[in-house]
Amino acid sequence: MTVGSAVPAAGPARDAAVDVYGELVFVRRFLEKVHALYRQGHVHGPAHVGIGQEAIAVGVARALRPEDRSIGTYRGHAHALARGAPPDAVLRELLGREGGICAGKGGSMHITSVEYGYFGSYAIVGAHLPIACGLALADQLRSAGRVTVCFFGDGTTNIGAFHEAVNLAAVWGLPVVFVCENNGYMEYTPIGDMTPVPRPAADRAGAYGLRPITVDGNDVRAVRDVTGEAVEAARAGQGPAMIEARTYRMTGHSCADPGKYQPPDEVERWAERDPLLVHRAVLVDAGVPAELVDEIDSDTRTEVDELAADILAAAPITGDNALTDMWSDGGARWRN
Amino acid sequence: MAELTYRQAVAVALAQEMARDERVVLLGEDIGSGGVFKTLTGLTERFGATRVRDTPISEQAIAGAAMGAAMAGLRPVAEIMFSDFYATCWDQVANEIAKTRYMTGGQVSLPVVIRGASGSGGLGFGSQHSQAVENWAMCVPGLKIVSPATPSDMVGLLAAAVRDDDPVLVFEHKALYSMKEEFPVEDGTDHVVPLGHARVVRPGQDVTLVGLGFSVGLCQRAAERIDQEGVHAEVLDLRCLVPLDAQRVLDSVRRTGRAVIVEENPGQLGWAAAIGSIVAEEAFDALTAPPVRVSGANVPLPVATALEAAVNPSVDDIVTAVRRVLDPAPRTLCRPGVLNPSIP
Repeated sequence: MTVGSAVPAAGPARDAAVDVYGELVFVRRFLEKVHALYRQGHVHGPAHVGIGQEAIAVGVARALRPEDRSIGTYRGHAHALARGAPPDAVLRELLGREGGICAGKGGSMHITSVEYGYFGSYAIVGAHLPIACGLALADQLRSAGRVTVCFFGDGTTNIGAFHEAVNLAAVWGLPVVFVCENNGYMEYTPIGDMTPVPRPAADRAGAYGLRPITVDGNDVRAVRDVTGEAVEAARAGQGPAMIEARTYRMTGHSCADPGKYQPPDEVERWAERDPLLVHRAVLVDAGVPAELVDEIDSDTRTEVDELAADILAAAPITGDNALTDMWSDGGARWRN
Repeated sequence: MAELTYRQAVAVALAQEMARDERVVLLGEDIGSGGVFKTLTGLTERFGATRVRDTPISEQAIAGAAMGAAMAGLRPVAEIMFSDFYATCWDQVANEIAKTRYMTGGQVSLPVVIRGASGSGGLGFGSQHSQAVENWAMCVPGLKIVSPATPSDMVGLLAAAVRDDDPVLVFEHKALYSMKEEFPVEDGTDHVVPLGHARVVRPGQDVTLVGLGFSVGLCQRAAERIDQEGVHAEVLDLRCLVPLDAQRVLDSVRRTGRAVIVEENPGQLGWAAAIGSIVAEEAFDALTAPPVRVSGANVPLPVATALEAAVNPSVDDIVTAVRRVLDPAPRTLCRPGVLNPSIP
């Protein structure tokens, strides 16, 4: 276990740690930009960002091979980007421009990048856990050595599909790693008010014969390491795992929700544990110059600002493709 | 040639496809031992428990796993034991399986088949194990809907469903499982009936009877009865609701001028209404009477023999409907003075 170990003062490990910081910052700036664009009326339909939760998506992605699969929820922008989905196509989808990653048909809640192993964002709570089982089943039957990671929120642990899926994964020994992003709230309600156990995912794991694994979801290296162990065990045929990563959603449930039910002192406490600050401290401890870190911050801000400005300047998509992509023949005809 | 039952036809189709394509895997409750309706007898012995997979009683997991496996390149065939149980996994079917190709802009392909026993047919399974639910599926764009009426069609249509790159729901009418037909089993050729082609069961020129699954047989028997009265009905077996062979129906109705559409589901919103509206909108000029539907009653399926018979569409109901379209004067059929100006 390498959780909490120091990063060496030089060499590839330090460079990798700096890269991870760059990814965290990029995802953060991207999500902040989405939030701002939503508030300005540029995003059509609801949008959900995971500001404060980025270390989970980034840390898990660092534990995966390119051929591994992941699948997530309507709060899925970070998860797609962390696997390598092109930010330009993701933002075009959110802003309804040509070149959107789902051709304008999915929008914020259904960001998908099969090319980069991200098999979709699903907006019905719990629905994608059984789907993750199917992805893993296909790989198990072909002895493909691939693993599927399935992200979900704490609220998901109270819907039936969660229990059906975890049971099936355990019974079949599927190579799937379930990652609960426990941000403390099922939409607007504290998860503790609606769950009889303190750890909504980990405390249910035992019912399905799985070892409860918990991790600090705001520590990107801890997430990477814990996930890496579970992923490699699954790859080796040791079956599924249940990880509960504790984190916090720094904004409301959706971009339309000011999150007034989140007590200010609670938000303040978690702000001190911001995943960017946590990892920045690791870099500084390793001797990475503060100026380099600051440069990453400011360069990324400029990069995301320019990306958004370019896309906003483009014309919105037309309605020409509304009747494509329905069936495998590319069209939408249901009768002759 | 050998005699094949509709029940055996399920296994014949799946064996044909599993032998041809190793990506075809089956999953469902109690299927390893052949399934509760014995539709899968012999498949575990031939293909092994890895490809004929027993599942927990978890319809969401079954449907969802089938979807995920399809996205990852398998061609799963999931069983929902009774079609009523679709209600327990309707999110997977209607929100996930039906929509994901479209809402991802075509990034995924979903060659999923979901099959299982459906319908009443007077077997006394009651309100929660007897429903014909093809109309549920027809409300949701993205699902192909197949309902075979004969053993040979069960083989051919189920095989076509497995080969299709889109989600297909196959409804097996449980009252047809014992139906027999001569069929060339194991003749070395694959038997495939392409989706979306209605079948002319018998030709006729006076009225078009449109059926699906079990109601095709009802239409045939009604046609035989009225044939003795000199009324020659054309009977069409739709085979599929999606893709729908609307042209075959329209062609027939343009010749006969009359349509009776027979559905087992409750009439308050059945698939026959969609067919009727297509006929009314696109063949109105050829109609000599308004299209008439024969539907199930708008109550849950009761169990007692007489009660179940009373709420299901019957041969008598179809004959009555035929008489009405042959003589549309009776008041319930049309507004006097609009469709038939001779009525006072």
